[in-house]
Amino acid sequence: MPFVAPHIAWHGIAPELALVGGALVALLIDAVKPAVDRRFLAGLSLATIGLAAWFTFDLRDTRAVIMQGTLAVDGVALFGRLILLITAAMTILISYHYLSRRRIHRGEYYPLLLLATSGMTLLAASNDLLLSFLAIETLSLALYVMVGFARRDEKSQEGALKYFLLGAFSSAFLLYGIALTYGATGSTQLSVISKQAAVASVDERLMFVAVAMIAVGFAFKVAAVPFHMWSPDAYQGAPTSVTGFMAAGTKAAAFIGFFRVFLVAFGALQWDWRPVLWIVAVATMAVGSLLAIAQTDVKRMLAYSSIAHAGYVLIGLVAANRDGVSAALFYLLIYAVMVLGAFAAVIVSAPGGSERLSLAEWGGIGRRYPVFGGAMTLFLLALAGLPPTSGFTGKFLLFAAAIKAHENALVVAATITSVVAAFFYVRLIVLIWLQDPPPDDGHPGIGPTPALITSLGIAAAATIVFGVWPQSLIDLARNAISHGFVG
Amino acid sequence: MSETIVFLIAGPIALGSALFIIMSKNAVHSALWLILNLMALAVLFVDLDAQFLGVVQFIIYAGAIMVLFLFVIMLLGVTREELLGEAIPIQRVVSGILGVALAGTLVWILLNAYDESAFGSLAGANSAGNVQGLGRLLFSKYIFPFEVTSILLIVAAIGAMILARGRTEEESASEVERHSGEDVRL
Amino acid sequence: MIDGIDVLIMVIKVLVVFGFLLVSVLLTIWAERRIVALMQQRIGPNRVGPFGVLQGLADGIKLFFKEDVTPTNVDRSVYFLAPVAALLPAFLAFAVVPVGRGFHIGHRVITLHLVDLNVGILFFLAMGSLMVYGIVLAGWSSGSTYPLLGAVRSTAQMISYEIGMGLSVVSVVLWSGTLSTSGIVDAQSGTWFGFVPRWFIIPQLPALVMFLLGGLAETNRAPFDLPEAETELVGGYHTEYTGIKFAMFFLAEYLHVITTSALVVTLFLGGWRGPNILPFLGPLLFVGYFLAKLGLVIFLFMWARATIPRIRYDRLMHLGWKVLIPASLVWTMITAAMVVLPQEVNRTTLIVVVGIVFEVALIVWLARLTTTALRRGRLRRGDSHVV
Repeated sequence: MPFVAPHIAWHGIAPELALVGGALVALLIDAVKPAVDRRFLAGLSLATIGLAAWFTFDLRDTRAVIMQGTLAVDGVALFGRLILLITAAMTILISYHYLSRRRIHRGEYYPLLLLATSGMTLLAASNDLLLSFLAIETLSLALYVMVGFARRDEKSQEGALKYFLLGAFSSAFLLYGIALTYGATGSTQLSVISKQAAVASVDERLMFVAVAMIAVGFAFKVAAVPFHMWSPDAYQGAPTSVTGFMAAGTKAAAFIGFFRVFLVAFGALQWDWRPVLWIVAVATMAVGSLLAIAQTDVKRMLAYSSIAHAGYVLIGLVAANRDGVSAALFYLLIYAVMVLGAFAAVIVSAPGGSERLSLAEWGGIGRRYPVFGGAMTLFLLALAGLPPTSGFTGKFLLFAAAIKAHENALVVAATITSVVAAFFYVRLIVLIWLQDPPPDDGHPGIGPTPALITSLGIAAAATIVFGVWPQSLIDLARNAISHGFVG
Repeated sequence: MSETIVFLIAGPIALGSALFIIMSKNAVHSALWLILNLMALAVLFVDLDAQFLGVVQFIIYAGAIMVLFLFVIMLLGVTREELLGEAIPIQRVVSGILGVALAGTLVWILLNAYDESAFGSLAGANSAGNVQGLGRLLFSKYIFPFEVTSILLIVAAIGAMILARGRTEEESASEVERHSGEDVRL
Repeated sequence: MIDGIDVLIMVIKVLVVFGFLLVSVLLTIWAERRIVALMQQRIGPNRVGPFGVLQGLADGIKLFFKEDVTPTNVDRSVYFLAPVAALLPAFLAFAVVPVGRGFHIGHRVITLHLVDLNVGILFFLAMGSLMVYGIVLAGWSSGSTYPLLGAVRSTAQMISYEIGMGLSVVSVVLWSGTLSTSGIVDAQSGTWFGFVPRWFIIPQLPALVMFLLGGLAETNRAPFDLPEAETELVGGYHTEYTGIKFAMFFLAEYLHVITTSALVVTLFLGGWRGPNILPFLGPLLFVGYFLAKLGLVIFLFMWARATIPRIRYDRLMHLGWKVLIPASLVWTMITAAMVVLPQEVNRTTLIVVVGIVFEVALIVWLARLTTTALRRGRLRRGDSHVV
C-alpha cells in the first residue's frame, strides 16, 4: 500500500502559520539577544497580527473544509479570527507599558501571546474534536503561564495555580467526552458525528454523557456557572493586560468552538441539551450579576461581570438558530473591544506600580480627569448594556434571537439580571463623577502613554459607533452565518 | 483466549492500583501505585494489539513523567500529611458519593452501549503492521492535529522556561527607566 | 498454535538466558577487576579459582550470608521494593536481543531470541527508563541524605541522557526501517564491495558514539557514576543497603552494562552476524560471534572506567543537554535526509546539495578553528601580562 501524501491547503492555514512563525521569530530574537528593545518585539508581534489579518482577509470568499476535514474555512471561522486578531493587537497595545511598569517585561510574553492567539483562532475554526482539544490546550497552557507572569506577586501565582489545576481537570472532562463521542459515532469530525448521531443505531445514553462532558469542558473555558470558580481569582491575580486578553480572547474563542461543536456535531440532539444550557445560562447571568455587587476590587468586579456576559452569549446558543449565532458573534466582538477598553482604563488609572484596584480609589477621578473618566464611564455603560452604546445593540440582538426561538422566559430572566447588573456598573459611575476628588497632595495621577491612548480611543470609538450605527457590523455577522457552518 | 487471561490479570491490577492511588496517605506511595496503574494500562494496550501505544505508554508515562513526578515529590517533601488534609469537613463524603454516582452511571452506560459497528476491524487497521498503520494515520488523516501538537509543545517549553529561569528583574528595571520618558499627560 | 512443546522451549530459553546473564555478570565483575588492575599495573584478584575467576562467586556468597541490616528510618515497603525494581528491568531488557541464527529441529524453528517484538527497540528503551526507579526509590526510602542526593542526581542524569540515547536509536531505526531487533540485525546482513560488512557502525558511527555516551550515563558507570560518587556521597543511593539487597543493586548495574552492550552489538555491530567460516559448528558459530562482540563492547565500558576521570555534575548536564541532544537531533535529521533524498532527488542534485553542505560545514569549521586559535593567542598574551 503506497503512502499518499496528504493535501495541505496552505492558504487556509496561512493566518495560523503567520502567527506561529511570528512567535518563533520573536522567541529566537529574544533568545539570541535577550537585551533586545521590547518595543521591537511588540512591533514585530503587531506586524505578525497584521499579516495574519491580511491572510484572513484573503480567505473572505473561501468556504471549504480543509486539512483532511479538520479545519473549517467559513464565515464564522473568519469572523472569529477577526475578533481574536483585534483582541491580540489591542492586548499588545495595553501590555507594553504596563509590563515595563510592573517590571515583568520579559521577551517571552509576546511569543506566548501570539501562540495563544493561534490556539484561539484554531479553536474558532476547528472542525474536528481532536483539533478543538489541542487548540484549547494550546491557548490554556499559554494563559496559565501568562496569568502567573508576575512571579513575585503571590496573587498572580495563586491565580495561575487555581486556573491550571481546575483547567487540567476540565480538560480531562472534555477529553473523556471526546473519547465517548468517538466510541459512539466512530469519528471525531463534526460533520460525521452529526450524521452518525442522527442514525438510530447510536446509543443515545452514550451520546448524552459525551455531550454533557464536552459541555462541561467548554463551560469551564467560557466561565459559565457552576464552572466559573477559577475566573475571579485568575482575573484578579493575572497582570491586567492578560486579564483583558483572557476576558476578550478566551471567551470569544471558546464560545465560537462551543457553538460550532454543539450546533454542527450535536445539532440533532439539541432538544436534549438546550434545556440544560438554558438553566446554565440563567444561573450564569444571575450568579455573575449578583456576586459582582459584593465586590470591592475593580478587576474582581469585571471578572464577575464577564461571567454574567458569558450567560448572555449562552442565550445565543440556547436559541440555536442563525440569528442566535450572528448575535453572539456580534456580541463577542463588541464585548471584546469594550472589556479591553475597561481594562486599558484600569491600567491607565495609575502611573505607579499598581493600579487603582479598590473601588474607593476611583472616587471623584472623573472630576479631575474628565476625558479618562468619560472613557471609563462609556465602557461601564456598554457593559451594563445601556443605549447608546454597542452593549445595548448586542443585548438587543441576542434577546431578539431568543424570542424568535420562543425562549421568552429566558429573555425575561436575562432582562432582570441586566437590571441587577446595571446597579454595580452605575454605582462605579456614580463614584467616578459624584464623589469629591481626594485632596491633591500625594495622590497618584493617571498614567497614559501613546499606546494606551490609542487602545482607549479605538475601544471608545468602536463602542459608540457600533452602538449608534451598528448596521454594517450586524450585516457582517449575519453574512458570516448566512450559509450556515461548512462541513 | 490468551487475550482474556491477560485482561483478567491486568484489569484488576489497574483498578486496584487506581484505588490505592487515592487511598494512600503517603504521596510517594500514591505515585508508585500510579506507576503500577500506568504499567497495567500499557499491558492492556499490548493485549489489544496496540503494541506501539503500549510501549510508548511505558516509556513516556511510567518511564519519564512519573520519574519527574517522584523527583518533585522528593524535592518538595510533600509527604507530610497535613498538606493532604481536607478544608471542608463533609467534602470527602460528598465528593465520594458524587464520584461513585458518576462512575456508576458511566459503567452502566458503557456496559449497555458497547457497539463496534462504527469501527473498522482491528486486523484491517493492523494489516501493514501496528507501527506502520499508526504512522500512516498520523501523517495522512491526522497530519494537521499532529502538527498542532508541536505548537502545544512549544508553548509548554516556553512556559517551563519562564517558570524555571532565574529572575530578570534588574533587566526589567532598566527597561522601565529607559521608557519612563514617554509618559504623557492627558 | 501454541502447544506444550513450544511452552517447554520457551521455558528452557528463559532459564538459559537467566543462567547466562548470572554467569556473565560474575565473569564481567572478575574481568573488570583484572583488566582495571592490569591498566593500573596491579595484579587484581587471583586467589579464588584459576586466575581468581571465582572471585565474583565468593563475593556473592559473602554478601548472601551477611547480616541484613534495615535502618530504622526507612520506608519499609519501598525499601524492600527498590532492589527488585532495579533488577527486574535489567533482566527483562535482554529478552529482545537476538543472540544467534535460528535453526531447525524437525519441523520446529528455534529462534535464539526470547521474544521477537515488532517494537523490540522501544521495549528496550522502556526497560531502560524503568531502571531509574530502583535508584530513585532506594534513595528516597532510605530516609538519609546521601542516598537522597544520589537518587536526585541519578534521576536528572538518566532522564537527560535517555533523550539523547533514544534519539540515536531513532536514527538507526530510520536507517533500517524497522523497530524490531531481529529486523535490524537482518538489515545488517551482506557486505559492501564483498568484504566490508554492512554493519551500521559504518553509516551510523555518530549514532554509535552517542549511544555509547548515553549508555555509560544510563548505567551510571564511570565517568558518569555521580549517583554513587564515593568521594562525595559515600555510596550514593545504596549507602543504606547491605547484604543481599546491596548485591542485587550490584547485580543490576552489571546486568545493565551487559544488556546495553548487547544492544550496541545488535544495533551497530551486526548482531550475531559474521562470515560462516566454520560451517560444522552450525548455529554455535554465530552465538560465538555475538559473544565475542559483546565482550569487546563490555571491554570498552571497562576501558572508559579505568581511563576517564569522573566529570563534574554541571558538566554532565551541559554535555547531556547542550551537546548530546542537539547532536543527536542533527544526526537524526541527516539520517532522515540520507534515507529520503535518494528516493526524491536525482543524483546530480544530490551531489550538488551534498557538496554545498560539505563546503559550508568546512568553512564553519575553519572559521571556528581560527577564532579558537585567535582566542588562545589572546589568552596567552593576557596570561603573560598577568604573570
